[in-house]
Amino acid sequence: MEEISPKNILLKPARPVGIMGYGAYVPRYRLPASEVARIWTDGQAGLPIKEKAVAGLDEDVATMSIEAARNALQRASVSPSESRAVWVGSESHPYAVKPTSTIDAEAIGAVPNVQAGDWQFACKAGTEAMVAAIGFIGSGMADYALAIGMDTAQGRPSDALEYTAGAGGAAYLLGPAEKSLAVIEHTYSFVTDTPDFWRRAYQKYPEHGQRFTGEPAYFKHITESAQALMDATQTKPTDYDYAVFHQPNTKFPQRVAAQLGFTKEQIAHGLLVPVIGNTYAGAALIGLTAILDIANPGERILLVSFGSGAGSDAMALQVTEAIQERRDRAPKTQDYIARRIEIDYATYARMRGKLVMK
Amino acid sequence: MEIPRHWRLRKQRYGLVGEVCPHCDAKLFPPRDVCPECGQEAKTLYNFSGRGEVYSYTTVYEAPAGFEEVAPYTVALIKLQEGPLVTAQLTDTNGEQVEIGTPVEMVTRRLRSDGDERGLLVYGYKFRPILQQLISPT
Ligand SMILES: [Zn+2]
Repeated sequence: MEEISPKNILLKPARPVGIMGYGAYVPRYRLPASEVARIWTDGQAGLPIKEKAVAGLDEDVATMSIEAARNALQRASVSPSESRAVWVGSESHPYAVKPTSTIDAEAIGAVPNVQAGDWQFACKAGTEAMVAAIGFIGSGMADYALAIGMDTAQGRPSDALEYTAGAGGAAYLLGPAEKSLAVIEHTYSFVTDTPDFWRRAYQKYPEHGQRFTGEPAYFKHITESAQALMDATQTKPTDYDYAVFHQPNTKFPQRVAAQLGFTKEQIAHGLLVPVIGNTYAGAALIGLTAILDIANPGERILLVSFGSGAGSDAMALQVTEAIQERRDRAPKTQDYIARRIEIDYATYARMRGKLVMK
Repeated sequence: MEIPRHWRLRKQRYGLVGEVCPHCDAKLFPPRDVCPECGQEAKTLYNFSGRGEVYSYTTVYEAPAGFEEVAPYTVALIKLQEGPLVTAQLTDTNGEQVEIGTPVEMVTRRLRSDGDERGLLVYGYKFRPILQQLISPT
């Protein structure tokens, strides 16, 4: 084996892989950050976002993933039974033990000739599933595979995360590049053991390392993975038309984009956190669906996720002609964002199971 | 606990899978293996489109056991595009925009927990006003 060096660090499948179809999902309820500030700080706190999406009483990661997956299949026009994997990345799977992916695979009609599994890597569980799907298809083991990143994250009442922990995500049906609406040209992942955020078994709310979440975690992993990918592919920020970075709040992706040399315009279309919150495993992936909704053939996109614990997956994509006829086959990301119902903190507390019923 | 029943019904519940009569093309939901139109055997699986309209509806304030946490909610008779009438909960409505004739589409949602918080989660179809029309009522 050749030693890993900056020249050969890219993950290269034996055959090229791309996105056949994509689907977003955002539940319709919105909790303004000002409501959280009203309850806990007499309205004095600075607001990290405008508002966040909140799942309805009958929604969870399984149901939200089903709708996103149906949208992805509809765009792809591929029969669900042809997808040989249904992989769901999340930190809020409805069961501690029992896969979300079997419920989803059954509901969309992908069973029984299918791999199914739930992925867990904080906010990069969705892109981790996607990289695995690239390998699965790229090796020739399968022609199609479904990778999903979806979350209904919880923040402890009054914690900084309560302002931002949102609900939503996206599903991607991957397949051979020559049939795809966007070719995944390159991927690279950068991972270390960094304790910036965690949730122990049986705990309802996560813990975070306060200021430790910034520099050594988010910024380090995103810049390392993005820079390494650009170095290895001999590309620079101006070679990309759009970029999307994991978006836990409004400032972090704006700052990391500037550090890497991307402009505000390049990240504008995928920056959804101000209006839907941090959708964790869905955050980078739903930024990408918003970009695919408007991108033109030939345009290039850089996507970089971040998951606490910690790691980043960087992907470079190029949109193909097929985008034009496929993108209108299912609701767009902004359609879901537009069907907005504002709720107050009491309704939010009920929806998120914060009221003790017995 | 009704695990065997939930398991048996999962296909029709998750994805509105019914049957089509090979003799007269009638669509059956729920599946019952005998065609109500021509009386012959009808066991061919059929995926309903999930589109239909509200035929009638009522709002439940005093919910039966297992549904207390989602009350109040609206139950409707839905006339599916393919013909059959099904009873289902409406969702994403907030009460106001539903009336007889409202076009609706099927979504898969969490119906309830079978028993307490340790029990099986039961998923199944509900209907909501069609998403695209929620956004731009044209
Ligand atoms: Zn018949």
